[in-house]
Amino acid sequence: MDLAQLQRQLVDYKTSLYHEDFLDEQFTQLQELQDENNPDFVVEVVSLFFEDSDRLLNELTKALEQQSVDFKSVDAHVHQLKGSSSSIGAQRVQKVCIAFRNYCEEQNVEGCLKCLQQVRHEYSLVKTKLEFMFQLQQQILSAGGSIPM
Amino acid sequence: MRAKQMLATMSHEIRSPLSGVVSMAEILSTTKLDREQKQLLDVMLSSGDLVLQLINDILDLSKVESGVMKLEATKFRPREVVKHVLQTAAASLQKILTLEGHVADDVPIDVIGDVLRIRQILTNLISNAIKFTHEGKVGVKLYLVPEPPFAKEGSQHGSDGSTANQSTTSASKTESYTSTSKTSSDQNEFHGKKNEGLCQNNSHREPGTPVTNGTTDGSEEQVELPATTVWLRCDVYDTGIGIPENALPTLFKKYMQVSADHARKYGGTGLGLAICKQLVELMGGRLTVSSRVNCGSTFTFILPYKGSTSCDSSDDPDDLSDMVDHDAMDEDETAGFFQFLPRTLGSLFSSNGSSRTQKLMPHNIGYAKSHKLDGLSENCYSFPMNNGPPKEIDSAVQISSEPGSSISHSWDPDNKSWICSEKSQAVEMKINTSGPQLPPKRQKKPDVGSLSKLNGRQQVLKNSTTSKPKILLVEDSKINVMVAQSMLKQLGHTIDVVNNGAEAVCAVQKHGYDLVLMDVCMPVMDGLQATRLIRSFEETGNWDAAAKVGIEQDSSQPGHTSPTKRIPIIAMTANALSESADECYANGMDSFVSKPVTFQNLKECLEQYLG
Repeated sequence: MDLAQLQRQLVDYKTSLYHEDFLDEQFTQLQELQDENNPDFVVEVVSLFFEDSDRLLNELTKALEQQSVDFKSVDAHVHQLKGSSSSIGAQRVQKVCIAFRNYCEEQNVEGCLKCLQQVRHEYSLVKTKLEFMFQLQQQILSAGGSIPM
Repeated sequence: MRAKQMLATMSHEIRSPLSGVVSMAEILSTTKLDREQKQLLDVMLSSGDLVLQLINDILDLSKVESGVMKLEATKFRPREVVKHVLQTAAASLQKILTLEGHVADDVPIDVIGDVLRIRQILTNLISNAIKFTHEGKVGVKLYLVPEPPFAKEGSQHGSDGSTANQSTTSASKTESYTSTSKTSSDQNEFHGKKNEGLCQNNSHREPGTPVTNGTTDGSEEQVELPATTVWLRCDVYDTGIGIPENALPTLFKKYMQVSADHARKYGGTGLGLAICKQLVELMGGRLTVSSRVNCGSTFTFILPYKGSTSCDSSDDPDDLSDMVDHDAMDEDETAGFFQFLPRTLGSLFSSNGSSRTQKLMPHNIGYAKSHKLDGLSENCYSFPMNNGPPKEIDSAVQISSEPGSSISHSWDPDNKSWICSEKSQAVEMKINTSGPQLPPKRQKKPDVGSLSKLNGRQQVLKNSTTSKPKILLVEDSKINVMVAQSMLKQLGHTIDVVNNGAEAVCAVQKHGYDLVLMDVCMPVMDGLQATRLIRSFEETGNWDAAAKVGIEQDSSQPGHTSPTKRIPIIAMTANALSESADECYANGMDSFVSKPVTFQNLKECLEQYLG
């Protein structure tokens, strides 16, 4: 694939991510923070998000496996996940977190488990997509091109 | 026509002696009167004011309709007008509302038009908005738009009396009402296009109803304008009681009867909506309304202005910065955002000699008290019951509005739409939003020259602590820290970061900060408690309260022991119930930005509090 095609593919891909609500305008904010002083900002923040989310999802799984679920702790973790996903623009993940917190408030284990499954799903989707997008970007850069923002 | 002329003449004749009567009554009211006499006089004054108001309106209306009204063409600054009108309204505001104004970056610094009439229209719309809004906000948004379709239907300028009396109405399913005096064949096209234009910016109205959120057609059929005509659109929006659909058609037909109280409160002669509409059309524009009961209303007028010769009316942001440079403006002239938060205690208690303020005070004290009893922390500050000097009161906690509103509105700058959420009990006092048409302007490096928006403080060229404001960021999430830090860096600030409330208190003990950005929900100690402790230090001069909860001052460090001025503490809130605006204010915070934090919000917040 030539450079122009790659760039077009990237643009289309990004557009679709926004269109399908995987990303929202907050992600655009991140991109705008990237500049020559901070050339890898987006990748760095997103990587941090992945790390953090992996940790949180593990904690959540553990917490919901307990005999007596500590909903306060579960809620605290979900709150964190909601905050970080909203900060990078991972809209679908954020939305599930909102529902998740409602179930925590109701102390509804079934609901929480369902949400956990959903949030894992959305998270893995957005992670895959972002990783693919970064790959495309890397390809473009390697081919000597620049990233169309 | 003759009847109208006669009415106009008679009105003139009637006005003078009536003014006389009212003036005499006012003088009488300053003399010694017993209770009964005072009451009678009040009625006289009310009635007199009302009639005067009516006569003025009739005169204005007939002047406009008979084409006698001459339009001025003066060079003026739209930002100043917006700011001034809001300031005036805020000064006499007796309710707890937020007034705000947004002027988009692409609006020219100077334009040419009839500033007096425009000011009158704006004043009237804002007065109406305030009148019918009991909680929330009233605001003005001013921005450049492409030449609207109705402009192509012929010029409306001049006093040739071409404004027809017949006004036909039609309502679209998006509840926006447009009234025009054009022929019906043009109407459909006009309405169709106009509604799309309106929909784009009024999508806050109808989260549930079908609204085309697409971009307006107008931008695609931009015609070559004479270089000096700019079209500015002004939305006056509110979170008030709204207007029912069946009332919309008559809104502009006959002006609402202005109550005498209304006239007294805001002074001057307001203009009825009918007059506003006539004036706007006389100037070549359109006045429309869109409303939703219990949500609010937006009155919109679009007017053409001649661009001032000293600058071009291009809406290219780069051009704007050139223009700014060229005119060597200072920050005030390009400031695009104004907000008047309800500084309820401070301003209402300060004496301005008006009897109205006195009347309101007991009400506000009552409000404050009941608010306090709403289960807030016991460390809440007590409110002085007497009319103490404003200085004491300023240090007390500010109360915001709407403890229990069931409908909250927020402008979501990311989606550029309004969110009218009915569940949330928290009222969001959104700090700032960018103008709807322009993405946030950004400077990668703090450039000294062109953009006057970045004022001097933000030049990070030296390390001198005297010129650079010290900012403390208190946030537990690493991701949020990274994002906020990057934004602040782009704004030219370096910051200190701590991860919870306790660390924040320690940091403040050691250094003086010019601003604290405080996350609310954090482990160990949350933002609300940290703020309370900091405020306690500011008020008592000691850190006893902090010591009580286990925060020991580090004796090895020479802390700054003298409580200097109050540090602005800005909450960063995710808008959960537990992070509501009320709680933030009650705990001593000055304001908040909503999460996720955007560059523009942060920038405007800093400008406001580091200004």
